[in-house]
Parts: sequence; structure tokens; C-alpha cells
Amino acid sequence: MSATPEEILSQALQELTAVTDLEQLDQVRVHYLGKKGLLTLQMKELGSLESEQRRAVGQVINQAKDQLQTKLEAQKESLQQAALTARLASERVDVTLPGRGQTGGGLHPITTTLNRINKIFASVGFEVVEGPEIEDDYHNFEALNIPAHHPARAMHDTFYFDAHTVLRTHTSPVQIRVMESEKPPLKVIAPGRVYRCDSDITHTPMFHQVEGFLVDTDVSFADLKGVVYEFLRAFFEKDIQVRFRPSYFPFTEPSAEVDIECVMCGGEGCRVCSQTGWLEVMGCGMIHPEVFKSVNIDDEKYTGFAFGMGVERLAMLRYGINDLRLFFENDLKFLEQFN
Amino acid sequence: MQISVAWLREYVNPAISTQELVAQLTMAGLEVDSVTPAAADFSGVVVGEVLSLEQHPDADRLRVCQVNVGGDEPLQIVCGASNVRAGLKIPAALVGAELPGDFKIKKSKLRGQESLGMLCSAKELGIAASAEGLLELSADAPVGTDIRDYLSLNDSIIEVSLTPNRADCLSVEGLARELAILNKMDWLITQVEQVGVQHQDVLPVVVAVPEACPRYLGRLIKNVNPQAETPLWMQERLRRSGLRSLGPLVDVTNYVLIELGQPLHAFDADKLNGKITVRYAQADEALTLLNGQEIKLDAETVVIADDTRALAVAGVMGGNDSAVSDSTQNIFLECAFFAPLQLAAKARRYGLHTDSSHRFERGVDATLQTRAIERATQLIVAIAGGSAGAITEVTAEKYLPARPSLYLRKQRLQKILRCDFQDAEVIDIFQRLGMIVSLDADGWQVTPPGFRFDISIEADLIEEIARIYGYNNLPSSNLLMRSKLGLATETLLDINRVKYLLVDRGYQEAITYSFVDEDIQRAVAPDDICIRLQNPISSELSVMRTTLWCGLLKAALYNTNRQQNRVRLFETGLRFVNQSGQTQQQKMLAGLILGSATAEQWGEKIRKVDFFDIKSDIEAIFALLGCSAQFVPAQHPALHPGQTAEILSAKGDKIGFLGMLHPHLEKQLGFDTQVFLFEVDQELILNKQPPKFKSLSKYPSVRRDVALIVKEDVAIAALVDCIRGCNEESLQDVVVFDIYRGKGVEEGCKSVALSLIMQNNSQTLTDSEIDAIFNRVLETLTNKLSAKLRD
Repeated sequence: MSATPEEILSQALQELTAVTDLEQLDQVRVHYLGKKGLLTLQMKELGSLESEQRRAVGQVINQAKDQLQTKLEAQKESLQQAALTARLASERVDVTLPGRGQTGGGLHPITTTLNRINKIFASVGFEVVEGPEIEDDYHNFEALNIPAHHPARAMHDTFYFDAHTVLRTHTSPVQIRVMESEKPPLKVIAPGRVYRCDSDITHTPMFHQVEGFLVDTDVSFADLKGVVYEFLRAFFEKDIQVRFRPSYFPFTEPSAEVDIECVMCGGEGCRVCSQTGWLEVMGCGMIHPEVFKSVNIDDEKYTGFAFGMGVERLAMLRYGINDLRLFFENDLKFLEQFN
Repeated sequence: MQISVAWLREYVNPAISTQELVAQLTMAGLEVDSVTPAAADFSGVVVGEVLSLEQHPDADRLRVCQVNVGGDEPLQIVCGASNVRAGLKIPAALVGAELPGDFKIKKSKLRGQESLGMLCSAKELGIAASAEGLLELSADAPVGTDIRDYLSLNDSIIEVSLTPNRADCLSVEGLARELAILNKMDWLITQVEQVGVQHQDVLPVVVAVPEACPRYLGRLIKNVNPQAETPLWMQERLRRSGLRSLGPLVDVTNYVLIELGQPLHAFDADKLNGKITVRYAQADEALTLLNGQEIKLDAETVVIADDTRALAVAGVMGGNDSAVSDSTQNIFLECAFFAPLQLAAKARRYGLHTDSSHRFERGVDATLQTRAIERATQLIVAIAGGSAGAITEVTAEKYLPARPSLYLRKQRLQKILRCDFQDAEVIDIFQRLGMIVSLDADGWQVTPPGFRFDISIEADLIEEIARIYGYNNLPSSNLLMRSKLGLATETLLDINRVKYLLVDRGYQEAITYSFVDEDIQRAVAPDDICIRLQNPISSELSVMRTTLWCGLLKAALYNTNRQQNRVRLFETGLRFVNQSGQTQQQKMLAGLILGSATAEQWGEKIRKVDFFDIKSDIEAIFALLGCSAQFVPAQHPALHPGQTAEILSAKGDKIGFLGMLHPHLEKQLGFDTQVFLFEVDQELILNKQPPKFKSLSKYPSVRRDVALIVKEDVAIAALVDCIRGCNEESLQDVVVFDIYRGKGVEEGCKSVALSLIMQNNSQTLTDSEIDAIFNRVLETLTNKLSAKLRD
């Protein structure tokens, strides 16, 4: 026997002091404790000793092995800790740097407004219906009780393609189209683009409206008032003051304009409400008997109400936009504000 | 209509402020658009009388005047106006007065002569835009009275925006009547005194078209004073109604129009030949109007004519030939009722809209004519003298508007308004409205007055009750309606889902006009037949778009011109195309990208977008639908011939196009970078099948990579389709992960690296099975596409 277990152990411990990484540590382990390691071999050689001696020497070897094992583990632990510490240090980033990748875009504020209107009405079962934008004279005017020379036509500034074909001036023709093909009860809203031959600081030749109507056996003006109140309060998320003013539309009777308390000044009077404290936001009324006649609905059995609102107007009030024309310039700096 | 509140209050004067009065009218459906002061603010101006005047010793154009302003002593005031003369009554601004424009009057010396005030013109008082000389007040103006009181300048002008049904309120009397109803007061009707017939001359009147002109009244007034001037009070009232003074004859007809709502016309009787005829015009008959416009009449237009020519377009405007002038001595005064339907849109046909046509189209009270012509005669004779002849009246009773009575059912009133009214309440409202009412057990029989053209059905009576009762006093209810369950469809994708997908991929939604510049339209889609507006707002908005690209390209340019170097836009909406004579309105979805692929960011190399960026957006949309699309090389006039794909559904429907904007368009439109576009038909992308479950394999999947050499013209899609076409049961997926050209690959060929993913549902695939699949696929590729394995 060339070296004692104690000598081997002290040699091993000596080597361990030079170890700087896990790989070297493992080499030391293999060299002394591996299958052919120095201490392992000593253990194997025990067989050649007397049993008395065997136990004593064995004990010494085992002690050396245990001691080395403990030392190895401790050192492994500390090396791992050091490695982790080093990694953590090396992987440190400036978390204030911006993230990378595709940035999100956004919906047009008109779409957002339309979606909200649709959602509010859909929640009580109104169905969303769309109609054509190139309309015939019949659906845009005649069937809505606006005959050829009615003065109300002058208020419409119509775009014509020929004597009988127009760009729809309002979403009301959808009312006719739905009532022609479906029977009451009806609960419909019809959002979409409409067109008027008018362009200045407060008018664009294209804009959006939402038409809504309800036809059933027992619909009253009181129901119309209730729906309009609730809608406006839901839309502005505020218990807003609302008033109904007598007005005139050929396709409703009685007809009303709806004003809300100015959302800019809270009714105090400002530039937006022309110092009146009120803002006109929609027109409405009970569907005119002539309209029911044109779609063959019995106006004795059924009654209904209809309302129409300008979407740009509502979006401007909701978001404080001060220029109508911004909606159609599609300036990214404008659009991105509504993402 | 614009009107003086003071004038209105002469008829009915409720004890409320102007602000309350305005609110009352507005809430009754007579919307007041604006309230403005009748005159600018000023103070310290009184009625003065020029007692005497002398030439200023040192200034040719100045006079030194002694002016009585009601004080103990006359004041010396220097004046430069040419019309200053002794005995004249004028507005005199005293020392300390403040005139409009922050102009303070001080004691001063003009070329050495003391001046203790200023004599004023209408312009200096802010009641006229221009003036020649001093404002001449009438001889009976009380000296010393504050001019604001004398001219009732502490007045407001209200602009009432009347809906077409309320023609009855297009006059001071009409508004007064309404205001009286609202305040439960009486109002004072204009007192009309009949002027006695003073001569026997009459002009015969023939009405050839009684259906268009059911009532025509005329009268000759002779020997009026051509030099007469319109009194200041009338000028002021006209001014407050937005009308310029044009001499007493025209002023009186305008005044009666505003006062009673009845249009009248005065012809110069000396310019008429023979009798008056109301008839249809002959086609192309010429007429020069008062405003100098020369028109060619059509045969549907009603004219007033004499024996030789058309004199006036009935109810719209008079002619120049027969107009009164400042030398007119004899007039023929016309006061008629023209039927609204006959007159409707006639003015517009000639590009005209007059106070007269506005009223006749909406309906004038057919019982008003006699009163109105008497009133006008009374005023003319009072102002300009003259003697009136007898009134010639031609009336066709059967064409006068009938005022049949209507029945309002109690039950209907309750049903529509859901409000229980007392009988007395209803009767009171109707009576205040001038209606004749009688009550029975079930409702009310109501006859509306002649001026209410808008009351013709039961619903109109309900509206009147609601209007006078107050819309805001009517009940409001919470809707209880029959409901049906809503849908939660899985067979139709909501377009909003697609919009949100694009938004999440960095797109901004745009909304552009549906009508576009014809030049862009023609450049982008030269083969489409577009639909043209007859009356576009401008040439840049003259045709309907046949593709949403027109608007998106313009919107993109708007942004690149404002230093945006990365644009991603999409839009949804209709395109309008003429297909074999039929207008098609198709719902489309289109997108545009340009500039860098991502926003500028650290740690990544910025690259420009390319075809495959926009293609992946389309693929993402199809992924939402759970189906794949085919992208077929194609040609499109707006797109780069080498970077255009037509998008087809799995079963071959033509869904749309995607590609790079053609370089010549890129240049023509003014882009300095490549632009990529897509457009798809919404109807064809939104149909969806609910997902169907397929069982999962428990066995491992295996991936085999292979590099194939194929000819350059073999499309990758064809290669992948060929592999899928082998119908290998265990072949789950094919992934292309590299395309290589260059060293080691023959010219005209490309190397395609792809991996085959294999997995079987019932067993683990063995190496020999995998080899067999691989070899069969390779053999097919070799046979069909001459593909070779890369060494």
C-alpha cells in the first residue's frame, strides 16, 4: 500500500483548493471517488486484509470518503451560487428601455362610437341592419312621405345620379326596406354612411347616422321618450339633462328634436352650445301613418317610433373634438389619439 | 325668418323677458336660432333740430349749426354733412356720448369754431352699413328724446328657424298668434282700414289656370308720389327683418309680407299692355327678372302676363320690364293665392328662392288676400298718396284648399301619448289654436283654421295637443316589449373581429369619402365602369369609388406629406361598380402599408415592409376563419406585375387582390417608397364553419428535413400542394423554412428547404415506414415537378 487514506484525503483536499469551476470539481470527484478513484480502489483492496484489520482500515477509508464527499458538496454549492450570481449580474438589463415588436393600431373614433351605440341597443334586443348607400328616390323620399316637390326635400341637399337614383341623404330608407320585408314586432337600428351636397366648416358631404325604430302593437310616445333618455344617459355615462322639442319630419308625427344639456359647459352656456346650454343631438317621433301605409302595415293595429342621430356629432361631444373635418382627413396623429 | 321683438310685442306682450320668450317659442317647435341686439351699444344721442346754420369761416365743407336738443339754450355744433339744413331733425350726440366703435364725443374746436357734440348718420349709430349724410328724422320727432327710445333701438332681433310645416308662423301676426296661445293671452290683430274707391279704372284679370291660382286680386292705384320716402319706422322694421329699403312701393309690399305673411307684387301700370292673364308659360318664353337674371320659361311654370308678354313668374319674382321704379306714378297691385303644389320647386328650377316662393310653396292662408291688399293700399296711400281703384277679384272656390274637419279619438290620444287628458283641457288647447271643436263620447270633431295647412290627419291633432301641453310634461316609460333571444352565430365572423385583428397588427382604421377624384379612380382601376354624380360637390369628389384603394392612397399621402414614414391603414365600406348596367354595392375591406415594418426601435434592424408582411396579415384573417386561401400570381392595373396575387377561397371564389403598388403609380401619386395594398370582399371572408373536432394522436411526431432543387418557375404553393396531394395519411404538415439561390445551385433553379411532419393516429412510425413515406413523396415530386434532392 503506497499511501494511506489520510494522505489521499489531504492530497484531495489540497487539490480542491485550486478548483474554480464545476467541471474541475467533478474531475476531482472522479479522481478520488469515481469507479476507479483512489479511495474507491483502496476500498476494493480491503478484501485482501484480515477481517480485524479490514474493519479498522475500512472505517478510516469511509471516514476519508465521507469527509471528501461533504467537502465536495459544499464546494459544489458555493460554485453554483457563484455561477448564478455571475449569470444574474451578466444578464442585467435596463428595464426602462422600451419593449420591441409590433405596436397596436386603433379603430376610427366613428367606428368606436357606432360600436357603442350598437352595443347599447343590441343589449335590449335591437337588431343591426344595413342598407344600400345608392338608393332609389322611392325609398329615400317617397315612401317616407316626402313626395317630389315637398319643401323638406330642399333641406336635404341631395346628390343625384339620375332623376330616380340618389346617394341616400339619411339612414331612414332602411326603415322602409326592413318593414317591406319583415312584419312587426320590429326592433332595428341601422347605422351607416349618408350624404348631403354641403361642405363647409360644420358640414362634410359624407357623414354617419344611426337610425333606430321600433314597431309593435302598443308603442307610445312615452316609450320613445324612455328609450331616448336611457340611451343618452348610457352613451354619455352620465345622468344628463334631456329635453324634447316639437319639430317636423315628414315621416314622423308627432316629431321631436332632442336636446341634451351641453356636455362642454354643463348647461352654463358656452361657444359650443351657442350660449343656450343645450345641444341638439337627435330627431325622433312616432312613425307617420303614411309611412305605415307605404309598407302595408296596419297603422291601427301597430304603432311605432323612429329616431335618427348624427354619429359625428355624438363622437365630437363625447371626445371633445372641435373640427368635423378631422374625421375624414385620416391624419395618424388624430387617429392615434383614440387607440 | 328674422323679426323685431318690439314689433312682436305690439301684438302680444306677455310679462316675460326676451330670453323667456325665445325659450317659449323654441320649446313650442318654433326654434329661435339667434337673438341679436337691434343696434350696437351707444348712449347720449337725442333728437335734435337744426335751428340755423352758417358757413364755417375757415372751412368750405363745414357748417356751424345752432341745434336745439331740448335744453335751455341751443348748442353750437360743427357739421360737415351735405344734407344739413335749417329745420331738419337729426340724431345729435351730446358731449359725453359714446358711439359704437368706442367713440367718445368731447367738447372740441374744429378749425377754431367750438363744437359741442356731433350730428349723426345712420352708419355712425351702427344701424346701417353705409350712409350718405345725416339720418333725417321725421318732422314730428320730439326734440330731446333719447334716440334709442325714439327708434326703439333697445330691441332684439330674433331669427326663427321654421320647419316646412309651419308656414303659418312666417309673419309677425303668425308668431304673435302662437305666442298668445302659449301664454293663454289674446293678441291684437292688425287693424286694416279700407281706403275708399276713388277712381273707376280697373284692369281686367283672366285666370286661365284656376287650379294653380285659385284666387287673384288686383287693383290700380293711380298718381302716387314718386318722390315719397319710406318712413323711418318702417325702414327700421324692415331692416330688423333683414330687408333693405327700396322705395315706398316695394317697401310696403315687403312690410305686409312680414306683417301678415302674404306676398304681394306691385307692377308699374304704365308699362302694362292690356289685361292681366294668369297662365302657363309657353316653352322657352323669355323673361328678364327683377334681379337682372334672364330665364327661359318652361311650359309648367305659371306666369302673370299682359297681352304681349310674361311679366312675372307667379309667386316667385317679378320681371324687370314691369317693375316699379322711382318714377312710377300708377301701379297695379297684385295679391293672390297660388296653390302650393303648383308652385313647388318652380323657384328652384330657375335657381331662385325668394321670400314669396318660400311662403307660397309652404302654404299661405287662402283667406288672407282681401285683408292684405287693403292693408297694402292703406299703407301706400298713407305714404305716397294716390287714389285707389276697385279691387278685381277672380276666385275659383273649388280649387281653394278645403279645410275638412277631423276626428280625434280619445282612445287613440291616450294610446299614442299614454296620458289621460281632461276633455276641457283638450278643448281649450284646440280653441286657443283657432280650431272649431265639438265633443262627443268617443272624441272630438275638429276643424282647423285656414292657415294651418299642416293639420290634415288625426296624428297632426295629437301632435298639437302634445306640443301645447309640452313634450316635457308628457310621461316617459320604461320600455316593456316582446323580446326574442339574440343570436350568437358561429357561421358568420363579425367584421369587428377582423378589424380588431388588424388593429392588433398595428393598423389604424381610416374612413374616407365614398366619392373620389376621377383621376385617381381612373389611374387605380382603369377597367372599372364607375358611377358618376350629377351634382358633385367638387371635381375631386365626382365619381363613386370602385375600390377603397383610392381613398386609402390619398390618406396615406396626406400622412407621408406630414413626415410619417410608417403608415398602416385599413378601411371597410362599400365599393360601387357598374356591372352590365347594374349598380353593385359591395362591402369591401382594404388595407395599405408602407414604410418600416415596425416602429423604429432599439436593438432591431429596421427593414421596410414587403409583400410578405401584408400577406401575413391576410393569412391571419383567414386563420380566424379556420380556413386557408389560395394566392395565385395575377395581374392588376394598379399593382406591380411581379408582386400581385389574386386571393381565392379554397373552393376558388375570387376574394380579392394583394400586392405592391405599381411603380409608375407610386411615382404618379407622389410616393417616395413602396406601397403595399390589399382589398377583399367582406361577404366572402366572413363566412365561417363552426370548428369540428379531430381526435388527437397519442404517438410521437417525427420531423424530416429535406432540401430540394426545383426550377425557378415552380411556385412554392405548387410544391407544397404536390406534397399534400400525395395523400399520405401520416403526413401532418409541410413547413418551408428556407429558399436558397446561388453557389452550389444551378442557374435558373432554387433550393427549397422544407420539413415534413409525420405522425400516425394508431402507432409509432418506424424508421422504415418513415423512409417509405419520404421516398414516395420524393418520387412524386420528381415526376411532377422534376425536383431533385440537393446533394
